[in-house]
Amino acid sequence: MLFSAHKLSCIRSHKTLFQDVSFELSPGQLLLVEGKNGAGKTSLLKLLSGLRRPDSGEVKWNQVNILQAESDFRTYLAWLGHQNPLKEDQSALENLTMLGHIRPRNQVSMIEALKTLQLGHVKHKFVKTFSAGMKRRLSLASLLIAETPLWILDEPQAALDKTGITLFETLAEQHLKQGGMIVMTSHHSVNIAPKYIQTLTLGHD
Amino acid sequence: MNTFLTLIKRDLVLAYRGRGEAFNSLIFFGLVILLFPIGISASEKLLSEIAPGLIWIAALLATMLSLDNLFKEDFQDGTLEQWAVSQHSLISFAWARLFSHWVITSVPLIIIAPLFALSLSLPTDAIGVLIVSLLLGTPLLTFIGGIGVALTTGLKKSSMLLPLLVLPFYIPVLIFGASAVDVAADGWSASGQLYILAGLFVLGITLAPFAVATSLKVSVSQ
Repeated sequence: MLFSAHKLSCIRSHKTLFQDVSFELSPGQLLLVEGKNGAGKTSLLKLLSGLRRPDSGEVKWNQVNILQAESDFRTYLAWLGHQNPLKEDQSALENLTMLGHIRPRNQVSMIEALKTLQLGHVKHKFVKTFSAGMKRRLSLASLLIAETPLWILDEPQAALDKTGITLFETLAEQHLKQGGMIVMTSHHSVNIAPKYIQTLTLGHD
Repeated sequence: MNTFLTLIKRDLVLAYRGRGEAFNSLIFFGLVILLFPIGISASEKLLSEIAPGLIWIAALLATMLSLDNLFKEDFQDGTLEQWAVSQHSLISFAWARLFSHWVITSVPLIIIAPLFALSLSLPTDAIGVLIVSLLLGTPLLTFIGGIGVALTTGLKKSSMLLPLLVLPFYIPVLIFGASAVDVAADGWSASGQLYILAGLFVLGITLAPFAVATSLKVSVSQ
């Protein structure tokens, strides 16, 4: 499995956000995208997940451009943006069920995923009663039940407290050890063994 | 198929728990029809003559007003993004969403329409045709309206752009729907109008989801 980008560029509102961005990612590696606010980190992630077409360059999964019809990229991808894709009027378990249907499903039980993110005690409570940190953890729980080697995460640690951040780092490291790949942006440093991490910095100095 | 049904179930559950939001279109429908005779103080004869058009206009406006929230919530909370990025086609998402929306907002209208028709002294022969015309027409209004909503979903200011987009397509539906009930009330056969509505219905529900899916993809890429 190989996730690669070749000379990507992105133009928004007549401004070139970035150009000539390239990288290669293999199983067990994490790509940390850094840069100041407005440098284009979210835009880059949207290019990498296929939500947006690059203004030039290509994103490839196993040497096939992800935007082509033959590409099976989507069955290997789990995406998490800034927002939490949750319905307030549904319970944690119901939301997890829906998210479990959207992505390919692995063998991990939903209850187990909730317990890992310390949400086991609120599985039947409606999401509107959750704090921002709990909502983020529920979104992260949806990653655990998906059979997707590639995670593309935009600020996954947003709104998490110290315990939550440590939880996330544990899960991320576990995913990498199992041969998964992660692309993420973060304003915090990521406390995982440096051997896993590649850094990509956007924006000019 | 499983995902499709899960999505419909989710929408129905959310509407049920939404505590009355789904009733807005029903209340609007009822208000227009009940206030009309009061405002016009027309004779029974006049009321029965305008009843087909009145019921149809009320149904059209109620449907159009309810469309605004079709994709807004899913767009704002990031659910739409998840569907766009997933292996599932946005076309089946669009179809499921439009179908559940129709069930939630238009089916109550269709059930209550005969009651209002009687209050407007519409001849009973025409009520059957009224129901059939609404059954064919309201999904059409929902699906075509869905295209307009999908195009305007990403915009910050929703404004009156949506009605402007869909009204040209709504007018034929209104004409044939109201005309069908009109001729049935006069005792003639409404099959011509109903067949045309049926043709538009088939065209609409098969082709609209493609347009909706493409528009949603554009909204999500911004």
